[in-house]
Amino acid sequence: MARKSILTVLMTAAAMPFCVSAQATDLEVTHWWTSGGEAAAVAELAKAFDATGNHWVDGAIAGSGGVARPIMISRITGGDPMGATQFNHGRQAEELVEAGLMRDLTDIAEAGKWKEVVNPPSLLDSCTLDGKIYCVPINIHSQQWLWLNNDVFKKAGLEVPKNWNEFAAAAPKLEEAGIVPLAMGQQPWQTSLAFQVLLVAVAGPDTYNKVYGDKDAELAASDALAPVFEAAVQARDMSKKSNVQNWNDATSMVITGKAAGQIMGDWAQGEFQIAGQTAGKEYTCLPGLGMNEVIQTGGDAFYFPKVDDAAINEAQGVLANVMMSPETQVAFNLKKGSLPVRGDVDLTAANDCMRKGLDILAKGNIIQAPDQMMSADSVQQINDLFVEFFNDPSISAKDVQTRFAAIVADAE
Amino acid sequence: MAVTARPARWHRNLSAKIAAIPMIATALVVFVGGTAWTVVYSFTNSKLLPREKFVGLDQYERLWGSAKWLISIQNLAIYGAFSLVFALVVGFLLAALLDQKIRFEDTFRTIFLYPFALSFIVTGLAWQWILNPDFGIQAVVRGMGFESFTFDPLYNPDIVIYGVLIAGLWHETGLIMCLMLAGLRGIDEDIWKAARVDGIPMWKTYLYIVIPMMRGIFVTAVVLIASGIIKVYDLIVAQTGGGPGISSEVPAKYVYDAMFLSQNLGQGFAASTMMLLSVIIVVVPWAYLEFGGKARRV
Amino acid sequence: MSDTVTMKGKPLTYSAAETDPAVPRHAGSAVAVGPSGSKPQKKLSRRNIVLYGVLILAALYYLLPLYVMVITSVKGMPEIRLGNIFSPPVEVTFAPWVKAWSEACTGLNCDGLSRGFLNSVQILVPSVILSIIIASVNGYALANWKFKGGEVFFTILIVGAFIPYQVMIYPIVILLREVGLYGSLTGLIIVHTIFGMPILTLLFRNYFASMPEELFKAARVDGAGFWQIYFRIMLPMSLPIFVVAIILQVTGIWNDFLFGVIFTKPDLYPMTVQLNNIVNSTQGVIEYNVNMAATILTGLVPLCVYFVSGKLFVRGIAAGAVKG
Repeated sequence: MARKSILTVLMTAAAMPFCVSAQATDLEVTHWWTSGGEAAAVAELAKAFDATGNHWVDGAIAGSGGVARPIMISRITGGDPMGATQFNHGRQAEELVEAGLMRDLTDIAEAGKWKEVVNPPSLLDSCTLDGKIYCVPINIHSQQWLWLNNDVFKKAGLEVPKNWNEFAAAAPKLEEAGIVPLAMGQQPWQTSLAFQVLLVAVAGPDTYNKVYGDKDAELAASDALAPVFEAAVQARDMSKKSNVQNWNDATSMVITGKAAGQIMGDWAQGEFQIAGQTAGKEYTCLPGLGMNEVIQTGGDAFYFPKVDDAAINEAQGVLANVMMSPETQVAFNLKKGSLPVRGDVDLTAANDCMRKGLDILAKGNIIQAPDQMMSADSVQQINDLFVEFFNDPSISAKDVQTRFAAIVADAE
Repeated sequence: MAVTARPARWHRNLSAKIAAIPMIATALVVFVGGTAWTVVYSFTNSKLLPREKFVGLDQYERLWGSAKWLISIQNLAIYGAFSLVFALVVGFLLAALLDQKIRFEDTFRTIFLYPFALSFIVTGLAWQWILNPDFGIQAVVRGMGFESFTFDPLYNPDIVIYGVLIAGLWHETGLIMCLMLAGLRGIDEDIWKAARVDGIPMWKTYLYIVIPMMRGIFVTAVVLIASGIIKVYDLIVAQTGGGPGISSEVPAKYVYDAMFLSQNLGQGFAASTMMLLSVIIVVVPWAYLEFGGKARRV
Repeated sequence: MSDTVTMKGKPLTYSAAETDPAVPRHAGSAVAVGPSGSKPQKKLSRRNIVLYGVLILAALYYLLPLYVMVITSVKGMPEIRLGNIFSPPVEVTFAPWVKAWSEACTGLNCDGLSRGFLNSVQILVPSVILSIIIASVNGYALANWKFKGGEVFFTILIVGAFIPYQVMIYPIVILLREVGLYGSLTGLIIVHTIFGMPILTLLFRNYFASMPEELFKAARVDGAGFWQIYFRIMLPMSLPIFVVAIILQVTGIWNDFLFGVIFTKPDLYPMTVQLNNIVNSTQGVIEYNVNMAATILTGLVPLCVYFVSGKLFVRGIAAGAVKG
């Protein structure tokens, strides 16, 4: 490593920038994609990057936000940054950008015409600060899905529900048959995911945008929103007997027929695939809980810390272009189970549920993710509120609404 | 010239002073400096990065208005009290039992000590498994025909902290036992003989003669246990994740979550300042009595 | 341990080996402490039944998780899904162990825990040595060479022991950045030394303070200086406390994840990073057997230190227990 950087310095000192691009550069990339499917998706990125003659040095840390982020932030603020790093698309890295620690990618974005190819454009907005682009959006993950086990309903003598209300109505019969109607992992983010999906499904995207986007606390406290919280109480009752922590354990309850359904993001379908099930046959997916068919355009993005090294900078630029290229987009997202950020790529290999997602995307029925609109702090407060709510039956719909509205009022 | 007037004082124990430089530097720069820094930034609204936008006591108001923080403190108090008492009592009892010239002492000691070799993450995972009602102890007992047997501490918000306690004690009592054993072995045989000659019952000898002689060991043990209690974090994360709901949250986790999940450094610093403050209120007077103003020997 | 439980246990097997009468009066009393350390033993007495009963019950509690981890690590996944966690494996497989050691993936690197093993050793050895040297000198200086302000710094250090590590991350990152050690092995070793210092200093200080004062005074009269007394008199008598210190540091540093990952780069990541990645991956099927095997493998080094030092511990105590 040391030898290489001396070499690089010599070469730049010789003012021969063209030679630098021919140089194979090690670029350290940190991320928290460590499971089978995720790692396979990362491998596509690495493969494409290595094909450019550079070398991808993998710095994977499992455990998402809580574990990986302090490490990434420390490395960047400690003055020893990696070449590129994953962050959730949204406001997580905003301050690092403001502090001037992240590289401005505007020139690369303009050369690659990102503004024209990225669909929906809001993805790029999340990477933009003061008119400059600081990150590469790489995929779209949506959360607004209800996953149902078809068999369970047939056995209980019921139709497979087409929306949340039918599902809730079927709950008592399912319970009689000894089935947990709704599987839910008890980690904070899962409970608030369920809530925000209920919010957008029951009250519609406009209300959702006003609450999360405009932080309209009055609306959040109003009677108009009461049905959302009543639905949340329903969900709490339906998931009373769900005794798992991890989201994939909850998904596995649905797959094995111990539970009838789960509200979860599109990554859940990876689990159904591994279990050898097909959409429409063994399981059903209902975007927007079958009520308001919208999906959210959150996802992952890569940031490039400012580094004082011409070779690294060169390699960063190459990686940014590789990530945005149509070939990588297709290869990566098929493995990851997410949707590509470009509207102009062909996804013939996509399955039924992915297709539904693409359709909704094409129609433009999209919303932004809470962490694109709110600070991590507020998101976390909402997480805390709902994990408490879903575990404590004594909290009424009215109480939780009041507390939710208070968080919205304080949110930034 | 002033130098010649003073060397007698300053040269005294010069080697000791030089040898203590790393300690002094650590104490001043890292612990005092780092703490002061933390306290100062607890009055700001720092988010992801520290910044000097002072907001007075806002962070503290929010802290004390937070249900999660209040539960965290309550849990720490319960966990702390039980953990301290049980670790000391069980650790001492086991050490006293091992000190009875028993057979297989090595084996027993190793068995009691080995959990300490494993990290809290591992401890938490293993006990999470054993206490899981679906395939752990509850399932096994039910399988034996006791259908109504219920033992699900990690899934019952009212008792979850005791479920954590089971794992915490499993992890730490071995080390305490070892310390105690070392202390017991340091006790003079003559004292036992004298006590027996005087007809003093065994338990009285332990209580009134042996334990007071092991003061130093007990101090070490208490500091070890108590500092572990304040810092308890990994165990909770691995075993319960703070759940069900927020019923097993602890202050160190609150701090960490605030700093790195919520990206609200100010709030995290405010919480850690409160933790520090309570430590200082308890530890400083005690440490002063224990260590301060005394001569070479304790 | 509750005494009622004890009375139900009938550990007759061990007591038969004991010889000698002399029955203590209160073997069944509420406090299980029982008889003194110096009493001769007897055969199959109530004392022995209680004594071994309590010890065996305690041993079971301590062994249970290890048992579960070990048997789970040699079961196949289908068996884990069906069976209960306490039942012995129907079919023993070592595939999970192989996978944990050399195949499990950390992101793109599918070489399991083996990847971090040498890094962990590389971090462990200098950190343990440096932290123990510094702390033992500290403790010696504090206990035997009282100097002005010593107690104040020591009190600060003890308070420092109570500060959660997470709180100190930012100040330390800034400190290391300023002195140019951020991201290096040296920086990490210093961090481990700093955070090991409070408890270790306390240990050494108490130990040295409990050593016979006459020894120290005699050496002083003979004109021995600070370092001479330390190396010639104190060190040879301190084996037990060094063993305790080594146990504490090896455990703490080997199991550390937070510092190892924050203060170094991927090419220096300790084994716990791979363990975290194996255990914490949230997608796909959770392979409990691989998790357990990885867990045991990661714990092997401190465990070995324990087994080896267990013997030393006893000998050290025997050597160090000079009457004070």
